[in-house]
Amino acid sequence: MSEPTPATAQKLPSDFDRRAFLTTIGLGSLGIAAAGTVVFSYEYLSPNVLYEPSAIINAGKPESFALNSVTMDVNSGIYLVRADEGYFALNAVCTHLGCLTAWNQDLGIIACPCHGSKFRRTGEKIEGPAPKPLQWLKTWVSDEGDLMVDRSIDIPPLQYLRI
Amino acid sequence: MTVKTAAMVDKLRASRVWRSVFRSGTGNSTLHRALAIQQNIFLHLFSAKVRKRMVRFSATWYLGTLTFGTFLILVITGILLMLYYHPSVPQAYADMKDLQFVVSSGLFLRNLHRWSAQLMVFLVFAHMFKVFYRGAYRTPREFNWVIGVVLLIITLLLSYTGYLLPWDQLAFWAITVGSNLSSAVPFVGNKIHFLLLGGNQVNANALLRFYVLHCVVLPLAAILFIAVHFWRIRKDGGLYVQQSEPKPQQAKDTASAATEVK
Repeated sequence: MSEPTPATAQKLPSDFDRRAFLTTIGLGSLGIAAAGTVVFSYEYLSPNVLYEPSAIINAGKPESFALNSVTMDVNSGIYLVRADEGYFALNAVCTHLGCLTAWNQDLGIIACPCHGSKFRRTGEKIEGPAPKPLQWLKTWVSDEGDLMVDRSIDIPPLQYLRI
Repeated sequence: MTVKTAAMVDKLRASRVWRSVFRSGTGNSTLHRALAIQQNIFLHLFSAKVRKRMVRFSATWYLGTLTFGTFLILVITGILLMLYYHPSVPQAYADMKDLQFVVSSGLFLRNLHRWSAQLMVFLVFAHMFKVFYRGAYRTPREFNWVIGVVLLIITLLLSYTGYLLPWDQLAFWAITVGSNLSSAVPFVGNKIHFLLLGGNQVNANALLRFYVLHCVVLPLAAILFIAVHFWRIRKDGGLYVQQSEPKPQQAKDTASAATEVK
């Protein structure tokens, strides 16, 4: 490279500076790379496929449940209740901190072993640290006549399934 | 006999191999002693010279050193336990039981790890109470207090992640409850819960994530912050000793200054 003549040196605009330009480019690309790293890390850490039990449960024939009975399915964490008004399904996971509650036949209540929350069989809260009642879950009868429950879909309480 | 051993030790310390490792030499002068500290990668974090009253038992009750001691026990026993433990759903609980009943010294190592973990949490709190009530967190040591708080959080997270690994009922429900607490964070709570467990429930992914956090991520973070914590002791003027602060004099000065302003 030949030495810059005074004329070319004067041509440079006073507010333009090669060092500042390269610094901006450098920091900018670093910032983009950092943002990309955050996004890719987040995506990598969120599994796309989960080997968890399906949210849809086939509970079998509705007639197999006795009238006024509460049946717990431990594997899926739900209660299937057959009341006078009809069938309904409750989420057995306590609304306090996620423990699995249990049905007490003698007392006729649902109780949580972790922190002592108590619920009626309609999910209504009796006492305890739980902030909300147990969730009612969507139920329907399949084409084969089986009672089906979708654990991932909550419904407002007291919507009985009449068969 | 002792004279002979001493002579042998001196000969060893003067040998070329020894001098290639420890370069400070065999002398016993103040300079040699200072160099022995300064030229050792581990000891150079500390001051070459300390006041006698700083290393007295009454100054600190050695609570920080004892905490570090439990940490070293946990690292060593933890690495040994890793040799028999598989972080997988079918094997985790059985491996823990094997360690207790089948592996030679397994019960001893597992209990040593457990009890040291409990003791470390207790000692961290004791250390912080001692620092707090003596006022040792004040200027110029306030940043080291902040690093100490980070180390407290790392200790609690280590304790929490290790709790899941036995994969028994207590572990499973404790982590179910504990991870549900993270759902309470505004807006992103459910996302944090999902990322922490690697799913919607405590399952194989959660066990593996907690294992990696417990055995790799958190210990590395702890070692890094412990090193900075120790180094800051030297940089902040050594361990805090009450007599070394010219406090009453200063208090009087500021008091008189305040009256003058009036």
